[in-house]
Amino acid sequence: MKTEIVENVAFNLIKQAVIYLPEDVKQALRKAYDEETSEAGKTQLKAILENIELAEKNQAPICQDTGTIIFYVLAGAEVKGLDKIEGALINATRRATKEVPLRPNAVDPFTQKNSGDNTGRFIPYIHWEVVPGDTLELTVMPKGGGSENVCLTGMLVPGEGINGLKKFVIESIIKAGAQPCPPTIVGVAMGGGADIAMKLAKKALLRPLNEPNPNPEIAKLERELYEAANMTGIGPMGLGGKTTVLGVHVEYAFRHPASFPAAVAFNCWAARRASARIRADGSVEYLTHKGKV
Amino acid sequence: MAVYHLKTPISEEEIRKLRVNDVLYITGIIVTARDQAHRRALEYLREGKPLPLKLEGLAVYHCGPVVSREGDRWVAVAAGPTTSTRMDLFEDEFIKNFKVRVVIGKGGMGRRTTEAMAKYGAVYGAFTGGAAILAAKAIKGVRGVEWLDLGTPEALWIFEVENFGPLTVAIDSHGNNLYLDVAKNVEENRRRIYEKLGLQP
Repeated sequence: MKTEIVENVAFNLIKQAVIYLPEDVKQALRKAYDEETSEAGKTQLKAILENIELAEKNQAPICQDTGTIIFYVLAGAEVKGLDKIEGALINATRRATKEVPLRPNAVDPFTQKNSGDNTGRFIPYIHWEVVPGDTLELTVMPKGGGSENVCLTGMLVPGEGINGLKKFVIESIIKAGAQPCPPTIVGVAMGGGADIAMKLAKKALLRPLNEPNPNPEIAKLERELYEAANMTGIGPMGLGGKTTVLGVHVEYAFRHPASFPAAVAFNCWAARRASARIRADGSVEYLTHKGKV
Repeated sequence: MAVYHLKTPISEEEIRKLRVNDVLYITGIIVTARDQAHRRALEYLREGKPLPLKLEGLAVYHCGPVVSREGDRWVAVAAGPTTSTRMDLFEDEFIKNFKVRVVIGKGGMGRRTTEAMAKYGAVYGAFTGGAAILAAKAIKGVRGVEWLDLGTPEALWIFEVENFGPLTVAIDSHGNNLYLDVAKNVEENRRRIYEKLGLQP
């Protein structure tokens, strides 16, 4: 697979993601505005909708925090040149920083120096998954810092079961309050281990809002947590109101008998993501932002 | 709920009129400052060094903007607010010593800042988090930048603004704090949620 194609597609994905919100997120925000009864909450949602429109019109990033760039790669086992993809994604990130532009958000934790181009050790971070076939599917999640700062993992008591998880999720949302820019999308995962739970919770943020978990029991739990979260009254931007979350997505892995790892990840209302598929012949299909290149 | 349009420099008298839930638009000069700029400003104060500009009567904005250089001038491309709670550590001293009248950010601030606002006469204006383009639209020009060595998000950006807002007055200069009110309400709602889900506190 040609690295120029991968680089170009990754660049386009970053650009699409930071300028255009996915349709499901926009719809959920419009619905929230229609249904909001709190005056302060409604003012906030109105500003959000206006801002989304202006960003599209001006071809500028929706939010100044263009996030940490994270890629999810589904790599077909027969794709040639997989060793070159990391370099292409790094180059795309550098180019996007300059040309879109993105805010430089990669800081060395020891020296506090900002690299200036959104790259550095392990950044952009790339999650790899090998799948059958010869296509490459790229997803980018420009992940905002405000919503990242309130992500939580907890090692719960196995004896408390699902009730322990529900409590952990509600407490995490209450503790986060206004900080993650509500209405948020909440990713929840249980099982695996501390790291696995957070990985799954964060990945759950990528799932469209109109797609419940295919397991009906989990879908029911998602619904229950969604309704409970919106009973908190935190509201848009924490100024009070009906809509605190746009959706709750739950994932799980099997757990050790002695452990009940749980993770709660947040995405701000500017829940940005973009995906594309590159076929072996070099043709590209944009999956989330058709016609926005 | 009243709507106010204020021009900088803003006097203490003007700011004392504002109450929580009012809506405020600012015209004039606002200066961005995040964690590092707050820290350095207070370091300068301790060392007796003057700040690069006088902040009295101005608005300080918790924001790390996306800026681009066009020829010899800077343009603010996206400039929404960052989370203010991180600045709680510095803001009371900042308000006391530099006499800013408006603190703009998102997510609210705590009791220490609320008390300083009541004592010295300042308000907290909540700007919609992430509404970066709405903010940029009200920024008519970049008058200057200081402390660029801190990196573009952390530098002091001096913005000339026209009707910058809507800002919800979420903390006023009379000790009222909308976020603390919401938090109280959330405490009550938590009980109802636990009951509904059949959870033990």
